[in-house]
Amino acid sequence: MKRIRPPSGKGPAKAQTGIIGLDEMSGGGLPHGRTTLLSGGPGSGKTLLSLQFLVHGASARKEPGIFVALEETSERIIDNAESFGWNLPLLRRQKALFFLDAQPTPDLIQSGNFDLHGMLAALDVQSKQMKARRIVFDALDIVLALLPDHVTRRREIYRLHEWLLSRGLTGIITAKTDADNISSNSHQPFGFMQFMVDCAVILNHCVLQGVSHRSLRVQKYRGSSFDENESPILIGVNGLEVATAPAPIPSRGKLRTSRVSSGIKRLDTMLGGGYHRGASVLITGLPGTAKTTLSGAFAEAACRRGERTLFVSFDSDANEVVRDLASVGIELSRYVKNGLLRMASARTITGSTETYLARIKTYANEQAARCVVIDPMSTWSTSGHDLSAHSVAERLTDWSKSQGINLLCTSLLDEMAMQSQSASSLQISTLADTWIHLNYLVQAGERNRGLSIIKSRGTAHSNQVRELILSDAGVTLADTYTAGGEVLMGTLRWEKESLEQTAKQDAAVAARLHRVRLDAEEAELQVRVKSLQTELVAKQVEKALLISTAKMQAGKRLRGRTRIKELRGSDSPIAGGSKPS
Amino acid sequence: MTRPAQFKFRLYVAGDAQNSALALANLTAFSRAHLKDRHEIEIVDVFREPKRALADGIFMTPTLIKLAPVPVRRIVGTLSQTQPMLQALGLEVRPQ
Repeated sequence: MKRIRPPSGKGPAKAQTGIIGLDEMSGGGLPHGRTTLLSGGPGSGKTLLSLQFLVHGASARKEPGIFVALEETSERIIDNAESFGWNLPLLRRQKALFFLDAQPTPDLIQSGNFDLHGMLAALDVQSKQMKARRIVFDALDIVLALLPDHVTRRREIYRLHEWLLSRGLTGIITAKTDADNISSNSHQPFGFMQFMVDCAVILNHCVLQGVSHRSLRVQKYRGSSFDENESPILIGVNGLEVATAPAPIPSRGKLRTSRVSSGIKRLDTMLGGGYHRGASVLITGLPGTAKTTLSGAFAEAACRRGERTLFVSFDSDANEVVRDLASVGIELSRYVKNGLLRMASARTITGSTETYLARIKTYANEQAARCVVIDPMSTWSTSGHDLSAHSVAERLTDWSKSQGINLLCTSLLDEMAMQSQSASSLQISTLADTWIHLNYLVQAGERNRGLSIIKSRGTAHSNQVRELILSDAGVTLADTYTAGGEVLMGTLRWEKESLEQTAKQDAAVAARLHRVRLDAEEAELQVRVKSLQTELVAKQVEKALLISTAKMQAGKRLRGRTRIKELRGSDSPIAGGSKPS
Repeated sequence: MTRPAQFKFRLYVAGDAQNSALALANLTAFSRAHLKDRHEIEIVDVFREPKRALADGIFMTPTLIKLAPVPVRRIVGTLSQTQPMLQALGLEVRPQ
């Protein structure tokens, strides 16, 4: 046991299974160097789970493995697993994986007692040769059924268990059981086995309301804590996946304060700038209240920002959605073409809600999406029972939060739900950060779409009911007109709008007229100012002329007087009377 | 009742485990009683020759393989019951 790398440092060492969810449930994997019993009914995924455990060990953990096929032949197992992309032929060539065909042949004749020494001796050689660390005995019940009595069965199980322990191999023994009567008399050896092994996992496959559900439960795990609840499993494209319930208070991802646009400018204003980055948004409403249009607008805005987006439509074909949205000015086709937007029609996904969740996650990962739109989510409650649908919705919300993905879900409300005022049958309204409700308002003989924000965490938001207007130019919210405490919509709004328009026009004309009049008066005054100025200049000239004439006359007079004096020959002039010039 | 056919057996045993020892004893007694002087037995110990066991697909011990005459037959167990043995080896269909 020294060569084992314990993942947590304490408790028994674990052998990672590589199965999403199972490692989380069991705190790191199956007990290393010990035996795990995997029991379940037909088609519950025993072979798949154990093979995936070996493949993960061989390809990712450098732990070669041996698969002892006691029921199906190895060729068939390899064939069946081909679609998961595990590349089994390569692993076999690399001697990291070995298949041992040990099916009892149908023409095998049995006479008396026998034991498993032969198999163990063969496996000893093989495991030493390839340094195997993991081993799977698929369908041990087949061999045990050949043994005559309980005592010998027990003895052989014990022998096998001892052998596994002594070789330090991490083993999985699978065995068939009928649903849950595992410890009843008919399956006594397995009951015994459950007490013997260190870890027991039960797989279950049942049909609820016509929908297939697979689940997994860790029954016991010595020396380790584990998730004891039954968790849904599903067979995805890469193998088995366990959908674990959300861990209590998971890391909710980085808190973001930035905003993303809803795709409708005026709605952004109502929300105080848009949705929070990484928030989950719920749009509820009756059929035809433009839920899809709102989600389309959101998707378009995301693509315009260059963010990769996934649009999952549950009730119509992807192409139909693109076409229908184009009619209201939301052009998604070019984003679909350049790969920024992936449209997925979920009508092609059949199966339980767990399958939906897994597919959505896979698609979102493939697309590396930052925004995910699900339209509508409420179809989930029709496939499978409400409880699982709610749990799936919860996990989806949690998952998108932890990934920092903006999730926008729409939910159909039926009349019944409206009456009881319970928001949505999935009750995801409590999970959503922003909840926008669309409604028909009947007023003056018209049905108009009304939009209101019921809640929006962490953002100031408008409390007003606004009218949502769809036109071929796009989607917008109309200005609000209130009259007598009612928001006016449709024709009433239009009337009010046009009334206001006319009043505005009248005022504008009056203002223009006034201005023209003032202009004329100004011009007139200016003309008058000019003529007065001219008059002024004339007067000034006249005045100057007058002054100069007077001077001239005075000089003349003086000169005349002097001349007279000279002529008279009188005395010198009076002192100071005149300067000598 | 004289048959020219020569019987060739290969018995896989797991060391001296109880089942294997029983099988060997039973086979010897059986051959002496029903196939006197027309049989040969090869004994393979899976602990000594595990690769051979692996190649031959021997997983349960003891296993007896009737190599000749054809068809090849496999019988698993201690060979304690004579009647199924006779039937499997095509020796006797009806007891006299």
